[in-house]
Amino acid sequence: MTDRVPVETRRQRWMAILARAPAEGLMTLLNEAGGAPEYTVLRGPEGGLVMVRGRAGGGGAPFNLGEMTVTRCTVRLDSGLVGHAYVAGREPRRAELAALVDALMQDPERAETVEARVIAPLEACQAARRTERAGKAASTRVQFFAMQTMRT
Amino acid sequence: MMSALTPGFAEPVSGAQACFRLVLDAMARPGQVHALGGVAAPAPLCDAAAAVVLTLLDHETPLWLDPEAEAAKAWIAFHTGAPITVDPARSMFALALSQSVMESWHGLPPGTDEAPETSATVILQVVSLTTGTDFVLEGPGMRAPETLTVDGLPPDFAAIWRRNHAQYPRGIDLILCAGNQIAALPRSVAVRKG
Repeated sequence: MTDRVPVETRRQRWMAILARAPAEGLMTLLNEAGGAPEYTVLRGPEGGLVMVRGRAGGGGAPFNLGEMTVTRCTVRLDSGLVGHAYVAGREPRRAELAALVDALMQDPERAETVEARVIAPLEACQAARRTERAGKAASTRVQFFAMQTMRT
Repeated sequence: MMSALTPGFAEPVSGAQACFRLVLDAMARPGQVHALGGVAAPAPLCDAAAAVVLTLLDHETPLWLDPEAEAAKAWIAFHTGAPITVDPARSMFALALSQSVMESWHGLPPGTDEAPETSATVILQVVSLTTGTDFVLEGPGMRAPETLTVDGLPPDFAAIWRRNHAQYPRGIDLILCAGNQIAALPRSVAVRKG
């Protein structure tokens, strides 16, 4: 099934999960999945700013919301596979680990183990946290019955 | 993605700053040869050419790349983000490994009289800056004529450069790189064979 999904889409999924993962968690899970191979850092980890843009107004014109700090890193495994990572905030170690796992996920020999031992647990953890936050937020929701009634 | 990419400057910030200073000095004092380092160049570039590329190029400077340097294309694109263009007329920099770039400069932009800064800068990799043919340079930045020794320029380079110099304030600026050495020939300099 996974083979039918384009590699870019699959990679976007794991890169998004890695971008949200904490450094300690990544390190622990990576060690469980066979540890880190030898690698060279091609760029970074280095901090920088990216402009966050949204759409404003009815026309959908881009609107500069503000700048946020990001850390990026690129590594190359000794096998020649290149992994990239961009993470929010200033956390060089986190960016380096995320780039390393991105490279490993492209290795057909290790992808399955890394998916099962690293990506899947992180995804489950992130989903649980999202549900919990959504639940907490939903419980504080105020229903303006009066206004709803007036509108109908 | 399999790749043979290698790192850029060992120290990205200080490496680029030191190299920028040397390029400035080389442009300000034509004829002087400077040594730089801090980068392991990908084949077929020399260390000096690779360092100059890393220092001067970014995503706003379109680069015309010599087809002979195709092997270094991925490295340049990754580290500088420079758009690599096939149209020399739209480039701000040209990276050349052979003298053929000097045949009418491939149509690189010489700038305009109103905006001479829009001209292209050519980074030319030559064989050596210590042995070869002597050229005598005169012009701004030199109290007395300076001698620059280059191996790897065409035999009629003095005539080619005379035509470029005659367009002043328009014209191409040239950065010569060999091994870990650089020298520069800004358009303001007059060159004759030594």
